[in-house]
Amino acid sequence: MKGIQLDLISEDKLDSMTSMEKVRLILDEVRNGKILVLEKGLTPSEQNKLIELTMTEIAPDDFAGIEIESYPVKQTSTLLSRLLGKTTLKTRLTVIGQAAQLKTIKKDRDLISALVSP
Amino acid sequence: MGIIKRLKMNFTWFKKFFKKKRARIGIYGPPNAGKTTLANRIIRDWTGDAMGSVSVIPHETRRARRREGVTIESNGSSVTLDIIDTPGLATRIDFHDFMAFGMSEEESKRRAKEATEGVIEAVKWLDDLDGVILVMDATEDPYTQVNVTVIGNMEARKLPLLIAANKIDLPTSSPARIHSAFPQHPLVPISALEGQNIDLLYKEIADHFG
Repeated sequence: MKGIQLDLISEDKLDSMTSMEKVRLILDEVRNGKILVLEKGLTPSEQNKLIELTMTEIAPDDFAGIEIESYPVKQTSTLLSRLLGKTTLKTRLTVIGQAAQLKTIKKDRDLISALVSP
Repeated sequence: MGIIKRLKMNFTWFKKFFKKKRARIGIYGPPNAGKTTLANRIIRDWTGDAMGSVSVIPHETRRARRREGVTIESNGSSVTLDIIDTPGLATRIDFHDFMAFGMSEEESKRRAKEATEGVIEAVKWLDDLDGVILVMDATEDPYTQVNVTVIGNMEARKLPLLIAANKIDLPTSSPARIHSAFPQHPLVPISALEGQNIDLLYKEIADHFG
């Protein structure tokens, strides 16, 4: 059967990886034509790393970059963190694919609608 | 008064006492959102000079440009800033997009290469800023990865962020859509090209970065 491989990576798996491991895995898999769905998204600094590394790998007629879609981060706070004036940023589900393969149709705060092409 | 509240107040006072004389503010956003048009307007209004050239072709700005000591006055208060106009952030750069504007293949590939370097430079600058003006094209969907990434970075660093919902001179613009997407951040609807609401933007700049 022909088709696009879709890998759904769990939060537990992502938590066990370092930032660089995550970024490397994403770029390698996406460049191999896979679409990745991350149960828990990347932190802002990991997103920066991913953008930087993607830029270094862009090459004419080979790789034009990635399409990455995630929801805005959620700010969460507990009673203790509120007392200390701290909030935690919770990253959310993220979809990543090659720019040539994945196209976002519509996106809002809680819905990502995308088109995947071979 | 609670101990924590008192400590926070003291810390705020401490920060104000020792705060840097000049805040370093980056102008960020996706390509063609109007970052350099806005930077030019700010610099022209307060120094009589200009920052850089603008174009309808994406990634016209491919090197970050810094203008030091720009003093903005509004409602009796003034703030002196170093303003950094950054290249447009993107996750994809395809040289074919430039060829669609009539550029040669060679020229398009060179522009694409320079654009990738510009994006890296813009990302690196995030580490050295005291605040960001995030320019969004109010005619476009606000939930782009670039917007999510810049806002996430500022929230994680607890740095001030001001959204400039640009291009309100166009009939399809909807600053309200941007506000509903990111309600936690101050927003000023502007037209950097025509100068609409620019005084309001200066007031917000003085309030948030002063």
